[in-house]
Formats: sequence, C-alpha cells, structure tokens
Amino acid sequence: MPKDGSAIALDGQGRPLWLVLELTYRCPLKCVWCNNPLDFDRYASKELSTDEWKDVLRQARSLGSLQLGFSGGEPMLRDDLEELVEFANGLGFYTNLITSGIGLNEDRLQALKRAGLKQIQLSLQSADRKLTNELVGTRAHDLKIDVARRIKAAGFPMVLNVPVVRQNIEQVDRILALAEEIGVDYLELANIQYYNWALLNREALLPSRAQIELAEQKVQAARARLGKRMTIYFVIPDYYEGRPKACMNGWGTIHLTIAPDGAALPCQEVRVIDGLEFPTVREHSLEWLWNESPLFRKFRGDEWMKSPCSGCSEKSTDFGGCRCQAFLLTGDAANCDPACSKSPHHSVITEAIAAASASIDRPLVHRLAGAAEPAELTP
Amino acid sequence: MNESASIAPDRRPEIAPLFLFRWEDTQSSYVLLYPEGVVKLNDSAGEILKRCDGEHTVAAVIAELQQTFAEPPERVATGVHRFLEVSYAKGWIRDRA
Ligand SMILES: C[S@@+](CC[C@H](N)C(=O)[O-])C[C@H]1O[C@@H](n2cnc3c(N)ncnc32)[C@H](O)[C@@H]1O
Ligand code: SF4
Ligand code: SF4
Repeated sequence: MPKDGSAIALDGQGRPLWLVLELTYRCPLKCVWCNNPLDFDRYASKELSTDEWKDVLRQARSLGSLQLGFSGGEPMLRDDLEELVEFANGLGFYTNLITSGIGLNEDRLQALKRAGLKQIQLSLQSADRKLTNELVGTRAHDLKIDVARRIKAAGFPMVLNVPVVRQNIEQVDRILALAEEIGVDYLELANIQYYNWALLNREALLPSRAQIELAEQKVQAARARLGKRMTIYFVIPDYYEGRPKACMNGWGTIHLTIAPDGAALPCQEVRVIDGLEFPTVREHSLEWLWNESPLFRKFRGDEWMKSPCSGCSEKSTDFGGCRCQAFLLTGDAANCDPACSKSPHHSVITEAIAAASASIDRPLVHRLAGAAEPAELTP
Repeated sequence: MNESASIAPDRRPEIAPLFLFRWEDTQSSYVLLYPEGVVKLNDSAGEILKRCDGEHTVAAVIAELQQTFAEPPERVATGVHRFLEVSYAKGWIRDRA
C-alpha cells in the first residue's frame, strides 16, 4: 500500500495503480486495533474462489494496475496464495504479501519465492514477547521474529509494520534496534487509523502528544544514524496534526481494494459509511466498478465538498481528509474530516485526546466474532 | 572538471535487485517498480535503463544512444552521465558484481 511520504512518481491518470486484494478476513490473531470489519465473520462463506480472483487480476491489469498487495485478514490462510502470486506475477504485477507471519513456514516461503513474489510486509506489535502476545491475544511474538529472519534469509525485501499505540510507543528505541538487527529494509511505525476495532479501543490506545514527540526525536536520530540502510516511515497521527491525512491520495484516484466477497472499494474501511452500496465483481466488470459505479463517483474530485473544504486553498493537498473518519465522527461522510482544525467538528478530536489521556486502565477488546456489542459500536 | 567523465566508461550498470524495470502498455512508457512505489520514465530515461543490463558498459550505452537520438553527441554523453548518477544515487542501478 502507498505509504505516507513514499514516491508515487507516476500520476495515475485515473487508473487504479495500487490494487489490494483482501483474500479473506479470517485470521488466527485478534489484534486490538484490527481495521477489519467488526462483523468480519459474516464474510467467510462469501469469499471469492481462485478463478474469481484470477479474473479480478486479469481485469485490473488491463485497467492499468501495477502494484499489488495480497492482504486480509491473514492471506496465508488461503492455500491458493502461491497460485495467485504466480498468476499475478505472470501478468506483470509487482507482488507484495502483507502478512502477520502466521502460517508462513519455510516451504511456503520458498514456494512464494518461486512463484515470483517480490516483497513481504510483516506486522509486529512490539519488541517484547509479553506485550506482543497481549496485543494479538495469543502467543505469536517468537514466531514472528523467526519469520522475520527467514524472510530476510530468503532474500526478500521486507517492510516491518509496527502500529504505534500508547502501549508500545515508549519501546521505539528497542523496535528500531530490533528492526536494524533483523535487517529490515523499510520500518513503518504506523499510525493507527481509528476505525472498527481500533475505534472501539481508541481510549486505551491513543498515545499522548508527549509520547509522540519523544518517539519522533528517536526516529530522527535513527534516520541520521542509519542513512540509506533502513528507511523509516513515521508520520505524526492526524489527531495531533491539525490537518487530515491525504486519504488514499483522493477517493477513486489510484487505489482499489477488493474485499473477500468481491466488493470493489475505494478504501478498505469504506463499509463503515452507512447508506452506500457496495457492488461486487460477481455482478459487474471491474471497469464499470472503477469508472462508473456510484460508489467510486461519490467522492471523486471535489464537487461533493462542503464548507470549509470547498473554499479552502489546501483542498488539492489533502482532499478534505478521510470520508470514513468524517462519517464516523461527524455523522456525514461529506463533511470536512474533523482531524482538521478548520472543521467545525474538530472538538470531537480534542475531546477524544482528553478522554484518552484521562483513561488509565481501560480493558482492551480483542478482535473476536461477536466481541463488539452493538452498544459499543459508536465511540 | 570534465563532467562527462564523472562515471568510468568501463562500468557495467545493471538494475538493482529490489527493482523491476519493464515496458508498460497502459502507460506507453517504461516504468520502474519497487516496494513502495512506481516511477514512470520518459523516453530517454527508458532508453538508458533498458541498456543497464550488466552487459553494456557506460561507454557502450552512450555510443548506442548517440546513434538513437538526433542530439549532438556531447549532449547525449552528458545527459547519460547525469541520469546514471541519479540512478546510482537512488539505488535503481548497481555495478554488475
Ligand atoms: C489488517 S492487516 C492484514 C494482513 C495481516 N493480517 C497483517 O497483520 O499483516 C494489514 C496491516 O494493517 C496494519 N493494521 C491493522 N489495523 C490497523 C489500524 N487500525 N491502523 C493502521 N494499521 C493497521 C497491520 O499491522 C498490518 O500491517
Ligand atoms: S491486523 Fe491482526 S487481527 Fe487484523 S488481520 Fe492482521 S493479524 Fe489479523
Ligand atoms: S478545510 Fe478541508 S481542505 Fe482545508 S485543510 Fe481542512 S480538511 Fe483540508
């Protein structure tokens, strides 16, 4: 997936350059910030078949997709992953695997290499066994470290993705040292996007401004020390920036996600917005879904914008922020993202920061079917 | 300093292993794909990288492009040197082992 600050020197000219296939929402882990839908278990019976995924890949290539991420859920749970990677590689995609590492044994790693997989992004939750296991709700830390070393031994370029939260942010030094020791090429200290499970746990997860500033200093020092050996992505979370993120580089401009049931989505979170329809590749061509569907046209360009975005000089930089965040926190997806200090709703962000700094030991809810009770769905 | 002598003529650059360089029909251009991005190359950049195959020496790349482009030979040589410098610096190419 495109990282904040990464080079997309290619203007998409309206093509879905970045394609993400969420092969399944099934996953053996239960991360407390998982951005998969709260009702992820409803999709297990609707997953696309191998042939249906191949057809998606073929269509996407003819629409101009170049970068491809296999994600989920846990993509290793699909035993056709190697077959799909080989097929995609043959079509000319740059193939990335986005995995928790669970299920990535040596045989499958070698098979993926043979299938032409180009890069692996592994998620890790902390530098510390006890904390990682707590955050994912099971014993996974040692296994992930082992997988990380084997990914490098197999010669893959590797991204290590560590979402940053109150519980792990003070370990940034140790995470940096661990990544360096493993030989990670890109370390992404990821901002949590507060949707779905992360939103449910926001009060317990949101780091403080002081924590973020300290982490930023450590990252700067590491960048100076490591130079080109390891690229570190670390962006101040939108909650503290006063400006929203340029979400997906604009709705329907370069990014296309296909969900496990074949729904074509402008971003993987978009089903949190009420009142939209999510047609799938089972009913429509990808070409129609991308170019014509009401979903993709809804927030393309800037005609849908309201004040203050419509008259704002920054609208071509951040596109008014994230539609999902606008919907979840203000009730209207066409509103200015409340992370922006110009938004009339910006107080919902400052209040969330205040609530998070006041909450001492709020219990974490793990990603588990049925764990998100309806009453908890709204923050 | 003679600028066009800044990269030794007998070096043999090749595309670095993280990168995938190829023609892309939907862009009508050469592209360079790598873990976090895509770069679309203009005509001359594409023609230069196409020859970074670990076989061509820098001198051979220049000689071939002097045949291909209508520009004065000195300008082609300078252009190739500049672009190769940038490409080495960005890690797109390396010398054949
Ligand atoms: C949803 S996971 C799916 C693939 C696989 N299960 C994994 O964990 O890598 C994709 C990536 O998103 C990250 N992630 C999960 N929830 C997130 C959130 N709320 N905000 C930001 N990143 C998140 C994970 O760390 C992982 O790198
Ligand atoms: S973020 Fe965690 S729970 Fe969610 S899909 Fe990835 S590994 Fe599974
Ligand atoms: S008002 Fe809208 S367009 Fe202007 S900076 Fe804020 S989010 Fe961006």
